[in-house]
Amino acid sequence: MNDAEAEAPADPVPRTRIEDFLVDYAHAIDDGDLRAWPDFFTEDGVYQIISRENFEAGLPMGILSCEGRGMMADRVSALEQANIFEAHTYCHILGPPRISEESPELYGARTNFNVVRTMQDGGSEMFAVGRYLDIIVVADGRPLLRERRVVLESRRVDILLVYPL
Amino acid sequence: MAMATAGDLSQPFAWPDAGVTRIPYRLYDDPEIYALEQRRIFRGPVWNYLCLDIEIPEPGDFKTTTVGEVPVIVARDLDGQVHAMVNRCSHKGALVCLRERGNARQLTCVYHSWTFDLQGRLKGIAFRNGTNGQGGMPAGFDPDQHRLEPLRVDTFCGLIFGTFAEEMPAIEAYLGQAMAQFVRRNLDRPLKLLGSHSQVIHNNWKLYAENVRDSYHATLLHTFYTTFKINRLDMDGGIVLADDGWHHISYAKRATFEEDPEYRQSKVHAVQYDSKLAGPRLLDAWEEFDDGITHSIQTVFPNLAIQFTLNSLAVRFFAPRGVEQTELFWFYLGCRDDDDEQTRMRVMQGNLTGAAGLVSLEDGCINEFVQRGVRGSGDQLGLAEMGGREVASSEGSRATEAAIRGFWDGYRRIMGFA
Ligand SMILES: [Fe+2]
Repeated sequence: MNDAEAEAPADPVPRTRIEDFLVDYAHAIDDGDLRAWPDFFTEDGVYQIISRENFEAGLPMGILSCEGRGMMADRVSALEQANIFEAHTYCHILGPPRISEESPELYGARTNFNVVRTMQDGGSEMFAVGRYLDIIVVADGRPLLRERRVVLESRRVDILLVYPL
Repeated sequence: MAMATAGDLSQPFAWPDAGVTRIPYRLYDDPEIYALEQRRIFRGPVWNYLCLDIEIPEPGDFKTTTVGEVPVIVARDLDGQVHAMVNRCSHKGALVCLRERGNARQLTCVYHSWTFDLQGRLKGIAFRNGTNGQGGMPAGFDPDQHRLEPLRVDTFCGLIFGTFAEEMPAIEAYLGQAMAQFVRRNLDRPLKLLGSHSQVIHNNWKLYAENVRDSYHATLLHTFYTTFKINRLDMDGGIVLADDGWHHISYAKRATFEEDPEYRQSKVHAVQYDSKLAGPRLLDAWEEFDDGITHSIQTVFPNLAIQFTLNSLAVRFFAPRGVEQTELFWFYLGCRDDDDEQTRMRVMQGNLTGAAGLVSLEDGCINEFVQRGVRGSGDQLGLAEMGGREVASSEGSRATEAAIRGFWDGYRRIMGFA
């Protein structure tokens, strides 16, 4: 028996919902609907962008860290009202998620991603490559991120990072 | 000091009569000036930041970096002594260390297996005696004449510096008394690395050197604090220049800091920022020093800065990567005896700076806007008269470009630009 069979959720419905949820997250950011971003997390959800090098070394500090929806909402307000940067958009390309069930209410997921950034001069370039390491809770059939760790392959950011990944 | 002569530059360069209140835009994008900087500055009489002592704690640990464009190895030998040498095999010029960091007993060039000890001395040449009595190196070949090119090394408060210059005072004298004292305040304690990343900015390295000295722009470009009504408008502060102008300290004191000694001793939650943040724990902080300084940035010429904002302690190193590109490294530090809550506070405060810094992310693009703005500008000049025309400390006001003038004053001197 392989791992997939062993861990396949008994109920396929949460798995489908989780897959849709992971895609919706990426599309919300790509569509510029950043106000919706904190709502993908639980109230005390954790979000961190960290380099693979620092992650593997067990270092606590990321490039960006949020604890709770409030800090995420502050990020969004800051980029809408305070931060100054050149206009750009993201396009997330997700690999298939590997979802593992801990319990009917708790799942883990690992999803590889690429993010292509397009600047206002028309240049589109690979901006970020990495994996999402997620802890997802499902309450009343609705998935939410308790934790999303965005592990970047590279420690180097081009220009700046303002929109969440 | 050598003057810039026709032999150095195909277009002669003279500094404007108005001195360092005027900055020729040509300095940001002339490839010949960039090449001259490599010789006069990075190979010249300066101490270049190499790495942190804690990055190479064990015998045999090494790290690679760059001094200007030159690839450099910093290694701790088996006796614990730190050495720096050019990462360029004395045979064919290949990189000797390929990995960014590691641990080794000796350094071996993969091309022809020449080996060097951790001081950079040539210790082994493959097939030195040839095979079957044929080939090999000539009898008179002297390995001692073919070591990796060394840099002189000096360490101060956990920062390792290197220089190519024959005659340099020790790093502490290079910093000067006031600068050294402030480095000691921030770094002279057991430290640990909390995390690091880098950021590629599309501008000449000197634009970042100016930007990090530009106390005038801070509340104008970076509006995070004012947008969220974080009370910091009436902070006392000032600019202190080193005697030779090219290093500086900018500091501010958050006047409304809790002074209750009980808070100070408990070392947690000493500061409650009165703000409109939905997640105010971002700014949880404690008072780490009793001099009242809560925000500081210090530079060391040519390309090092040390930041201490609330409890966020970071070393910034900005490495030239071509005329119009710079890699800005962020090394975030904590103290080895920090408790979990203190580490958490330093980590959360790390959100203020770095490539995604709520306060400072604009610096990732603003220098590029200058770089793009000055294209085709010919002989035009930038201005730096805010706070006067002098190269002098500015106690009491940070609405000044004093530290920028200090940078250019030192730059002019070392480049021989009369
Ligand atoms: Fe800035």
